[in-house]
Amino acid sequence: MSGFDENLLDEADETVRVRFVVNGRKVACEVAPRETLVDCLRNELELTGTHAGCEMGACGACLVQLDGRAVHSCLMYAVQADGARIDTIDGLSESGVIADLQAEFHRRNALQCGFCTPGMLVNANELLSQVAEPSREEIRDALSGNYCRCTGYEAIVDAIDAVAKARNEGGSAT
Amino acid sequence: MKARAFSYFRAATIEQALDAHALVGDDARFIAGGQSLVPALSLRLQAPRLLIDITHIGELRGVRREGGFLRIGALTRHCEMLSEPLIAEFAPLLQAAAPFVAHPAIRNRGTFGGSVALADPASEFPAMTLALDAEIEIAGPSGSRRIKADDFFIDLFETALQPGELITAIYVPLFKADQRFAFDEMARRRGDYALVGCGMLATCAGDRINDIRISFFSVGNTPTRVKGAEATLIGSSLNSERIAAAQAALEGDLAPPENDEVPPAMRLHLARVLLGRLLGRLGESA
Ligand SMILES: Cc1cc2nc3c(=O)[nH]c(=O)nc-3n(C[C@H](O)[C@H](O)[C@H](O)COP(=O)(O)OP(=O)(O)OC[C@H]3O[C@@H](n4cnc5c(N)ncnc54)[C@H](O)[C@@H]3O)c2cc1C
Ligand code: FES
Ligand code: FES
Repeated sequence: MSGFDENLLDEADETVRVRFVVNGRKVACEVAPRETLVDCLRNELELTGTHAGCEMGACGACLVQLDGRAVHSCLMYAVQADGARIDTIDGLSESGVIADLQAEFHRRNALQCGFCTPGMLVNANELLSQVAEPSREEIRDALSGNYCRCTGYEAIVDAIDAVAKARNEGGSAT
Repeated sequence: MKARAFSYFRAATIEQALDAHALVGDDARFIAGGQSLVPALSLRLQAPRLLIDITHIGELRGVRREGGFLRIGALTRHCEMLSEPLIAEFAPLLQAAAPFVAHPAIRNRGTFGGSVALADPASEFPAMTLALDAEIEIAGPSGSRRIKADDFFIDLFETALQPGELITAIYVPLFKADQRFAFDEMARRRGDYALVGCGMLATCAGDRINDIRISFFSVGNTPTRVKGAEATLIGSSLNSERIAAAQAALEGDLAPPENDEVPPAMRLHLARVLLGRLLGRLGESA
């Protein structure tokens, strides 16, 4: 059984139905195969917290969690995510899991225009879930794929560092 | 920019993936992690009519011992190179190289098979398959075969892989107690492709090097073994005189291409410095 239907080739411009669990809610939408996940999230699902910058994997503004791991939503097509669990900055904010990171970013001016911030937070969240108390060097290394054109990074590293320490002491950073 | 319109097919088995490719021919592409293919489609460097998603094919997954080899499934993600205990024990050179491959989120998606299939001369893993004397398992319309990494990389982005063939696994000889390895690269920024990079695997008896394989990346059109440098080291112990001889041999082994950013003489110089550093570390790791 080949499983492949040649008629599929004539339908490149037609949409296909995909289903995923986005921020805990089951959703279905119609997408063209070439529609990236970031475009689907922003345009079809109107979840505009995830930003589209370079659209080629270089800037990190589009990071989301796919089945629990940080990935670039500009580097995959929505059809590839069919059946997956996706958590965006919108959901992570609502659920409160990154509230301490957000508060610390705010307190330390770790954002100015805020374009890079969703990606920074998704990345920081993953780092802190893997390494309990990363060194500043490890934090910088983890952020190597996230561009910020405003802050000069220092305040972002400070904020993540402070939250890591506070979480370990069982308190809040501020 | 956005990709040109294409159709998408999610293959459940190797057979389905091969059949779909055979039917569509040159206009089909396999997609694994997509971390190189998606940007290429967005830039319209390529415009296939069909993407065949291979990431749901169970047979391409998993890392296990098989005879004297570690069989690393093509879909093994870069991040698994860092977390998988079998890799740490039996292919530590790959584990050492993994943190240098791109950034964490790209490592969460990118696959070993995809990296080897693409054969970017600036990539870490293709070069390491040479240092490890690995074998690449390929499935195609006419069956399955295994080919040595030494015979796999042919020219710039050109490999022994024929159109429509799939890498199913990479076999790495198990790391042994009398072996040592070293890896490093020089890059302008963390996560960038290297200006020059190198990994090596040596089999030693005490201080004496019985065998060594040294592979460079970002030095030419393909990942490159430096056989002249290897020959100066085999049969002797690692002292400063031998290291200097190996460094000198690089002149004959490498011919970095003209490049505006990094002139050939500078790349050769960096390669010598890196080789000296790594051989020094190899000596210390006794
Ligand atoms: C910003 C950025 C930085 C990066 N930095 C680095 C770096 O420093 N070092 C590095 O090595 N890489 C780097 N990469 C590339 C990354 O490692 C890719 O994951 C890897 O090159 C390709 O793997 P993939 O699984 O994503 O392949 P894909 O993008 O899915 O495919 C790449 C090519 O290989 C083919 N292919 C994939 N799997 C198979 C298979 N099993 N059999 C046959 N053909 C197959 C595809 O058809 C395609 O032509 C970077 C990428 C980005 C976006
Ligand atoms: S938009 Fe995805 S990395 Fe820049
Ligand atoms: S705050 Fe403006 S890009 Fe980072």
